[in-house]
Amino acid sequence: MGYFAPDTVTDALRQLADGSAQIVAGGTDVYPARGRAPAAKRYLDVTSIAGFSEISHGPDGTRFGAAVTWSDIVRADLPPVFDGLKAAAKEVGSVQIQNAGTLAGNICNASPAADGMPTLLALDAQVEIASALRGPRHVPLDAFVTDVRQTVLEEDELVIAVCIPALPTGMTAAFEKLGARRYLVISICMTSANVLLDDRGAISEVRVAVGACSPVAQRLHQLERELVGVRPGAVTVTDAHLSPLSPIDDVRGDASYRSDAVRAQIVRAIQRAGTR
Amino acid sequence: MSKDFTHHTLSFRLNQAIVVASPTPGQRLSDVLREELGARDVKVGCDAGDCGACTILLDGQPVCACLTPAHQVQDRDVDTWSGLYRRDPAAKALADSLKGHGAAQCGICTPGMMVSATALLRERPDPAESEVQDALSGVLCRCTGYRKIIDAVMGVPAVTTGKSHGVGSSIPHVDADEKISGDLSYGDDVAPAGCLEILVIRSPYHRAGFKFGDLKSFAAAQDLTTILTAADVPGRNLFGVIPQFVDQPVFAEGEVRFRGEAVAAIVARPEIIAGLDPESFPVSWRKLPAVKDMQSAQGEGAAEIHEGRVQNVMCGGLVARGDAEAALKRADVLVEGRFRSAFVEHAYIEPEAGFAQVLDGRLEVHACTQAPMMDREALEAILGMDAARIRIVPTGVGGGFGSKLDPTVQPFLAIAALKTGQAVRMRYSRTESMQSSTKRHPSDIRLRIGANRNGKISGISFFGEFDTGAYASWGPTVANRVPVHASGPYSVKDYRAESKGVHTNNPPAGAFRGFGVPQSAIAQESLFDALAEKLGMDALEFRIANALENNVPTVCGQVFEQGVGIRACLTALRSAWKRESAAMAAFNSSNTTLKRGVGVAAGWYGCGNTSLPNPSTIKAGITPDGRVVLHQGAVDIGQGSNTVVSQIFAEALGVLAKQIERVGADTDITPDAGKTSASRQTYVSGNAAKLCGTALRAQVLERINVGPDATLYFEEGAIIAEDASGMHRLNLSGMSVDADGFVMRAEETYDPPTEPLDANGQGAPYAQFGYAAHLAVVEVDTEMGTVKPIRFVAAHDVGQAINPMLVEGQVHGGIAQGLGMALMEEYIPGRTENLHDYLIPTIGDIPPIETLIIEEPDLHGPHGAKGLGEHVLIPTAPALLNAIKAATGVRLTQVPATPARVRAAILKGTQ
Repeated sequence: MGYFAPDTVTDALRQLADGSAQIVAGGTDVYPARGRAPAAKRYLDVTSIAGFSEISHGPDGTRFGAAVTWSDIVRADLPPVFDGLKAAAKEVGSVQIQNAGTLAGNICNASPAADGMPTLLALDAQVEIASALRGPRHVPLDAFVTDVRQTVLEEDELVIAVCIPALPTGMTAAFEKLGARRYLVISICMTSANVLLDDRGAISEVRVAVGACSPVAQRLHQLERELVGVRPGAVTVTDAHLSPLSPIDDVRGDASYRSDAVRAQIVRAIQRAGTR
Repeated sequence: MSKDFTHHTLSFRLNQAIVVASPTPGQRLSDVLREELGARDVKVGCDAGDCGACTILLDGQPVCACLTPAHQVQDRDVDTWSGLYRRDPAAKALADSLKGHGAAQCGICTPGMMVSATALLRERPDPAESEVQDALSGVLCRCTGYRKIIDAVMGVPAVTTGKSHGVGSSIPHVDADEKISGDLSYGDDVAPAGCLEILVIRSPYHRAGFKFGDLKSFAAAQDLTTILTAADVPGRNLFGVIPQFVDQPVFAEGEVRFRGEAVAAIVARPEIIAGLDPESFPVSWRKLPAVKDMQSAQGEGAAEIHEGRVQNVMCGGLVARGDAEAALKRADVLVEGRFRSAFVEHAYIEPEAGFAQVLDGRLEVHACTQAPMMDREALEAILGMDAARIRIVPTGVGGGFGSKLDPTVQPFLAIAALKTGQAVRMRYSRTESMQSSTKRHPSDIRLRIGANRNGKISGISFFGEFDTGAYASWGPTVANRVPVHASGPYSVKDYRAESKGVHTNNPPAGAFRGFGVPQSAIAQESLFDALAEKLGMDALEFRIANALENNVPTVCGQVFEQGVGIRACLTALRSAWKRESAAMAAFNSSNTTLKRGVGVAAGWYGCGNTSLPNPSTIKAGITPDGRVVLHQGAVDIGQGSNTVVSQIFAEALGVLAKQIERVGADTDITPDAGKTSASRQTYVSGNAAKLCGTALRAQVLERINVGPDATLYFEEGAIIAEDASGMHRLNLSGMSVDADGFVMRAEETYDPPTEPLDANGQGAPYAQFGYAAHLAVVEVDTEMGTVKPIRFVAAHDVGQAINPMLVEGQVHGGIAQGLGMALMEEYIPGRTENLHDYLIPTIGDIPPIETLIIEEPDLHGPHGAKGLGEHVLIPTAPALLNAIKAATGVRLTQVPATPARVRAAILKGTQ
């Protein structure tokens, strides 16, 4: 039994090397998942670790410490390409959840409907991981989350940060979320789009990622390739473009509805990103 | 420095005072605040961050205490609502604004709501509406419809309609201070910290046989105080709210009939309960075939869920007048349809909770309830114990809406307290509450309506099946009420309405605001629109042309010579209907994806029990020191009976409501004012209060020997009566005092005059009906299928508004629930057993609501007043469905009209 709140990564990794622990930051996924079951034996609280709540920019990109909350992101001074991430942050649960929940926790929880995933995929995010036993590694986000509630993280490993590589100047972003009520809602589907326009107003680069329509949120690479040279107002989405998706029937909507709605949503996200 | 809390206590500032606590690893902050540090103003509604009731400020920022590891607040600042209210003048001013708007109804969400609002106002002293919605979005409210909360936070002026005092005045709730301060104790706030707790073991299957393992060894190994099963029920292991249908066991015996049914309960110290995995309980299950819908329940080979209820039909109801079939045959225009609705969860923010103890050989149960006397009757049978030895003390009720009429925690608490001899408590988890409490009946309705060329309804034929789940609960009431109401508030000469309650292996469906009438209204009001369209008539004028009137018989053959207010409600909507229809046309001509629609619908509802005795008794007295004490037994679940009954009583006595001291519905000291259901408290208990106040006044006047026009003043130890001849003083100190401590007293009873219904449902089921008509404007995103309500105009005939502000509050809250039922709420056993998969409207989902109060006085109502609580949500859902039809051209026949269903209907309609 124990509750450990280390202030250095070294101490945190030592705890993990000693045996498995429930890693907790904002608690916004840990507690709902627990329900009425007894508490875990050991907790590792990562919110006091030096640097974990920092957002830093450099020539190589932007780095979000693993305890950076959604509210930290909303308040941070970030370039327009992070507008999608900010929009996603504002759509996470409620103010209470945004004040506690973290970006890193969102990806580690690996929900198919994780609000952060599409945007981070569109930003080409990398996950920075450390371990006392096997050393550090960087894993691209699309390889980090492997399935519903599954990641590549080993028991002795800890996510240190989420890193976004330097992005083309002038790239803009948008995030669209579809739910059955205004707030506190799990997405039926969501789309993030990053768009870079050429000087004629046509798309020169685009990244589109869709969440809640597959076990893990997906980038739509074929669509991205075929949209180069197309004006945002002329975007069409075909069945083939959606082939990376495998929507399911659940209480929020059936598969055919998801496929149908996401098509319109993708168009809207690209248009919104492209009309900044 | 890195902290290892394993062997250290926690220290932080709670409401600016340094406190220490010793949480266990991973313990929720909410738990530590409430139990170790006594901050019970922090409410717990879901333990999952879905409801926000536990919102606190952590270093000034709102977070859910239920999601915060207690250890995370070391050396930090934690503020709860109670602390802010007492310390921060801005917070106090905000609370006063809330009170002025009547924006705390049951009050359970108030602390979380106010903490969130305080944080907002510190950053944005003059927030826009959207900023208020963003900031308060994390707190769910099930009573108010949020609009008055938004107004209160934005500081807009409060309702000023009506008189300055007495009946008809918008005085603040008489119990507002204890709610807005966070001081009111609800079901889970009464028990002393550390007392024994109860954890119920429930079935994970819809139907299953079960066998216990070695309970004795398990209890010993886990250090349990005791385990309760059916064998521990001292009396009859059955309860039920309708005497002929008492069919639900406290603990199942041999077989469970629905997922979530109780089989056993663990009683143990809190630290034992916290460490116990319910999965480890020694019970083995044998899954059995279950029926999940009404069709298979009535199909061949379906097992009888209750022996003798053939084909799983519980009971039915019938109202027949004239010859519906012949009328439909000769109708010029005929429409028909099938309409279906889902289980709807009450989703009060306060889960069922209570506390029990045995004192001097008597059992005391403190719990949230809508019906304390019925709780006592149920326990009398379950415990085999004389009612005189049972005391029910209702706590504050954090929302009820019908589901807290049935016993929930009470039998477990009572049996455990008696068996252990110790004080016990329990609070349902949100999942447990959703699995085991009653629901609104799913319905499957087939309806045909005919009209002649001139637009007069010629006949209606209605057949509705209602899924009553595994146990009867209030199912028979739904079966009775629906045929009486399924015509809507219209004149229909040839009518046949048949209902059927069907058992399934679903959770019991019971009472929920409207007892089946909201479901039947969806069918009837949808088809009225279809009929008007077919006739080429305006939908509103069609309704006005067919509206019921004074001296015209209802479908039960009941003739009201006065008080029928539906035409007035409908005509009140005319100007909004014209204005909004024109605005819709303009909007739609310039938009392709977004489409607006306007819809209307009406409703009626009989106040009080259907053709059954339904008395309320109100007692009051005057103490030797000159206080007026009102024993107000009409349980206030947020709807405002404390205020309304006090206002009526005070008016009759001739004092101000705020001078009245209230005593609640404690069964030891307050007479039975009946259950809080059937929209009966304003009407029935209000009448009893009026009689009681009048009788007490007569005694005072006689004693002082002054005429009826004298003005009374109550002072310390005396009553002063002032009349034309001057001041007359009555000293109370020398008068003899009775057992209740009164020198003068009155106790009066009122029972509504009704008559039995015959085999065809003809008779006088209610002494009065209330009437309503709603107009809804929606905007549909036709690509996504999402429906965004833009505004409502709601006309309600309440006879006489005892308190117009509270009328508005009921209207807002009812519309929010009707909107939820129409657009998003669908309880699916095993799938939506929490408040993130089961969606209720948030603060961003309720548009502005304009309330038009119509006052067509009723002969029987106190000052002409009629009931209101249930009436409100009856027209809401059909008004929304009619608006969706106007916007998109497609009619939804199944609720909720989720985005997926709306989009599917649009695609089908455009094929």
